[in-house]
Amino acid sequence: MKARVHVMLKNGVLDPQGEAVRHALGAMGFEGVNGVRQGKVIELDLAEGATEADVTAMCEKLLANTVIESYTVEMG
Amino acid sequence: MHAAVVVFPGSNCDRDLAVAFEAAGAKVSKVWHKDTEIPQGVDIIGIPGGFSFGDYLRCGAIAAKSPICGSVAAHAQRGGYVLGICNGFQVLTETGLLPGVLLRNAGLKYICKTVGLKVETSASAYTEGYNAGDTVNIPIAHHDGNYFADDETIARLQGEDRVAFTYTETPNGAKADIAGILSDNRRVLGLMPHPERAADADHGGTDGQALFRALTGALSAPVT
Repeated sequence: MKARVHVMLKNGVLDPQGEAVRHALGAMGFEGVNGVRQGKVIELDLAEGATEADVTAMCEKLLANTVIESYTVEMG
Repeated sequence: MHAAVVVFPGSNCDRDLAVAFEAAGAKVSKVWHKDTEIPQGVDIIGIPGGFSFGDYLRCGAIAAKSPICGSVAAHAQRGGYVLGICNGFQVLTETGLLPGVLLRNAGLKYICKTVGLKVETSASAYTEGYNAGDTVNIPIAHHDGNYFADDETIARLQGEDRVAFTYTETPNGAKADIAGILSDNRRVLGLMPHPERAADADHGGTDGQALFRALTGALSAPVT
């Protein structure tokens, strides 16, 4: 069983890496990119029977820092 | 005073921190991250700089969940002293012992240089060797030192006189120029600059000595 966790910086938290990517895209001639936010994807290979609640607990305790990051969980 | 310095895989300032404590008169024990107990009689725990666990996931995040950190938190909750420097500050925010978080530097670059710090308060065992308003020169060496917390938390830290040091010229984008903060009982200090690298005349500066000497003085004094 697989789960996929997306971790993103919350709105209002400056993302200097995303900004750097946005500048680079502009410099390369890609117009119309108004903003870039960079996050991470964490794939978990889980034993049968693991639940979304288990993955949510993992996010709260380790995978995301909820002071600055939000997360979403996709099961299966 | 008996100090314990925690060592994680990837710590690289543990020896410097131990030397600075010893030079100020402390006895020092090193503690491995897999240990579960802090030695008996330890007055202060030092969490050193470095790149614990390769900065994987987030700086300090994995170290904060290591076996020793349960004892570090228990020590702090008993009113014990904890000093986290650089990566140690990141570990303390990840454990929740200090509020906020250290983001990537606003300029995206690793910065290694001596910076000016303003001592914001002398009301702590760490800063009583300085006068509030003093400017001291202490090196920084970090990629993720951009202190961030919500406006309410920043206002609370400022209102409760818990900002220990600010940068005279912020190098990393830190909110409110914050370089170091205290816990609500003023016994946990986290700071990005490295006072242990400015504690020996041969290292090009001694402005960090007063921090270690004040600690040794405060924590060695007889209980009254």
